[in-house]
Amino acid sequence: MTDADNIVAETAERIFADLADAQTINRDKNGSWKAPLWQALTDAGLPLSWVPEECDGSGTSMAEGFSVLSVAGRAGVAVPLAETMLAGWLLAQAQIKSPEGMMTVAPASPRDRLTLNADGTITGRARGVPFATDAKHIAVVASGFGGASIALVDASACRIEAGLGLADDPSDTVHFDTVKPITLQSAPSGFDQNALLLMGALVRSQQIAGALETMLGISVNYSGERVAFEKKISKFQAVQHNLAKLAGETSAALAAASSAADAFSSGAPLDDALFLEAAAAKIRCSEAAEKGAAIAHQVLGAIGFTQEHILHRYTLRALAWRDDFGSESYWAVELGKLVAARGADELWPLVASR
Amino acid sequence: MTAALRFDPIRLPAECEQLRKEVRAFLAEEIAAGTFDPHKPQREDSDNPEFSKRVGERGWLGMTWPKKYGGHERSFLERYVVTEEMRVANAPVRRFFVADRQSGPVLLKYAPEHIKMDILPRICRGEVCFSIGMSEPNSGSDLFAAKTKATKTNGGWLINGSKIWTTSAHMADYMIAIFRTSPPTKENRRHGLTQFLVNMKKPGITVNPIAQITGQYEFNEVVFTDHFVPDDHMLGEIDSAWKQATSELAYERSGPERFLETYYVLTELVRAVGPKPDTRSAEGIGRLVAQLHTMRRMSVSVAGMLQAGKEPVVEASIVKDIGTIWEQQLPHRVRELAAFVDDSASNHATLDEMLGFAIKTAPKLTIQGGTTEVLRGIIARGLGLR
Ligand SMILES: Cc1cc2nc3c(=O)[nH]c(=O)nc-3n(C[C@H](O)[C@H](O)[C@H](O)COP(=O)(O)OP(=O)(O)OC[C@H]3O[C@@H](n4cnc5c(N)ncnc54)[C@H](O)[C@@H]3O)c2cc1C
Repeated sequence: MTDADNIVAETAERIFADLADAQTINRDKNGSWKAPLWQALTDAGLPLSWVPEECDGSGTSMAEGFSVLSVAGRAGVAVPLAETMLAGWLLAQAQIKSPEGMMTVAPASPRDRLTLNADGTITGRARGVPFATDAKHIAVVASGFGGASIALVDASACRIEAGLGLADDPSDTVHFDTVKPITLQSAPSGFDQNALLLMGALVRSQQIAGALETMLGISVNYSGERVAFEKKISKFQAVQHNLAKLAGETSAALAAASSAADAFSSGAPLDDALFLEAAAAKIRCSEAAEKGAAIAHQVLGAIGFTQEHILHRYTLRALAWRDDFGSESYWAVELGKLVAARGADELWPLVASR
Repeated sequence: MTAALRFDPIRLPAECEQLRKEVRAFLAEEIAAGTFDPHKPQREDSDNPEFSKRVGERGWLGMTWPKKYGGHERSFLERYVVTEEMRVANAPVRRFFVADRQSGPVLLKYAPEHIKMDILPRICRGEVCFSIGMSEPNSGSDLFAAKTKATKTNGGWLINGSKIWTTSAHMADYMIAIFRTSPPTKENRRHGLTQFLVNMKKPGITVNPIAQITGQYEFNEVVFTDHFVPDDHMLGEIDSAWKQATSELAYERSGPERFLETYYVLTELVRAVGPKPDTRSAEGIGRLVAQLHTMRRMSVSVAGMLQAGKEPVVEASIVKDIGTIWEQQLPHRVRELAAFVDDSASNHATLDEMLGFAIKTAPKLTIQGGTTEVLRGIIARGLGLR
């Protein structure tokens, strides 16, 4: 599916253009742009894109939802659209209805586990939870004796230690001290924390690829405006080659993220091939974020290193997103183990399975 | 915003999977019969006319070409599957690879009908080998500095000068070459070169093999002395080779051969570390596999765009740029990851031998078919920078 024939993505694009202009947001010190933007996104049904109508959502297709995420990545805004979409998706796995308002999910790191106690309460600590301080509700995967469960939790029932990520977006530690969920359901068979992390990794991959597209656009435009040694800097071969490399990294991120999104949208079972798609997307997009952000900053020189310029809105977010839902190092180890366990002669059949 | 880069998530259609099974079964038979050893990539330079004919018999050459020329009217994606399976198996494709990938499509587009009827069916049968005559001693990246001359004579052209680095010229039946037919003009320094079909078996051609640092003899110097090329062997418009070269390159740039040339060292590394790798090996392998998967998705995507009749020149150049750098670095990354592999790993000797060969092969990967710098210039042009 292309963005052009995707009306949902177009809607998102329009809302961001109208209410989340990067220059305006960057100058704003009190966050007054957030409420109208969130209202518009909510009115368009975007935060609950992946929630079926019977669970009070918009019932948008997976593919359309992923394209909303690339639009969101290109816009690089600090509202929990991706997190609320992910939470709605998680709740829908157990037919739990999504409430209104901002949501996030826990755990957001493979290092953390939440335990479901015999009395139906949840215990544990989840670190690096994006936007927990802004969220009204948290969608949770917890494991107990009977396997994994999915729960809707009131954020005010948890103790939240506020933190900030690289891009100054909330990245909080959420303590569940025998928290009683609003709703609790067992997860469908085969669904566990890993499935949430994989989906989270895929969501972040889409956003990183989108942010890279914007970095490329900003860098190319700037190189056509900035003059040094009486020439546009875009005329220097070294600058051209750096931008070509940035285009390459952007392409790799786009290809990996859109392929994984497409594979997940097709409803294929979570087998090794689908795992490869999601893990590879997170690994490759994170690598591209590092290389791409470095080039974008290099091309912009000192101006790109200021708070005043919008570039950091994309570079720092892309770098921060690498850490959420398992870093590239984490997924690389998991993927490497899987490849080794399958054996040398089963590597090519895995890579060539689609 | 800049021109959007597009890498649509193309999936191989179902017919490709059947085809893949057939290709794998065929290659397994050939390996069993001793035609080639998949663990000996360095043997890939050896010519194998019989294997070539058997591939032709299977209908895997000229797959996308019209049936009237011996082709099979199948899709680029089907061709893609055959190419990648052959490459991964280290099959001896040298005899037919250039003809099938590049020369055939040029003839289809620019050769007169009787030449197409003569040569294309023979390519499809795996009977003829092609070479590409672009580079000269004083003209590499700067293709348009080529000097080897075609002088008009009765009924054709006389060729004088030399080509260099010509892969497979020593075994080729034909060459598709560019020769100078006019001087460049002030307005257009690319003007004045014309594409020709050269019959390598006719008089006036001397082929001198050149040894490579790998010890192989893949490329050659080709000297032309009053070699006669008939009029009907001119391909396309006179003095206008520059217009024809660009679209050809999209085919050449983005295929699986642009990132799989050293793939065998990754397979062997996985074998050497065994089923329970330590964290360092696991992470290293995981990253390499993620990069490989991404490359392949990009490359399949370009194949899908070619199939749809587009000319994704920039995307194809990006695939080659990233792909060749990846395959160039791969043996070095594998060497690092293999540093602590147990000496008793059953394939230790094989891995060492393969690494030695791959590390020697690596430098050429970012030179042949257009250097990294040239590719980045093309990408920069696509971004509107030049
Ligand atoms: C294994 C192998 C097989 C080959 N097979 C064939 C074949 O079959 N047929 C054929 O015609 N050719 C063949 N070639 C030749 C190949 O196409 C050329 O080597 C290539 O185009 C580069 O030309 P060159 O070697 O003359 O290097 P040069 O063009 O002299 O380049 C040397 C260095 O300068 C850089 N450079 C040159 N111009 C620029 C510029 N404008 N901006 C920035 N950097 C620049 C290059 O990137 C390179 O790093 C083969 C080469 C190899 C290695």
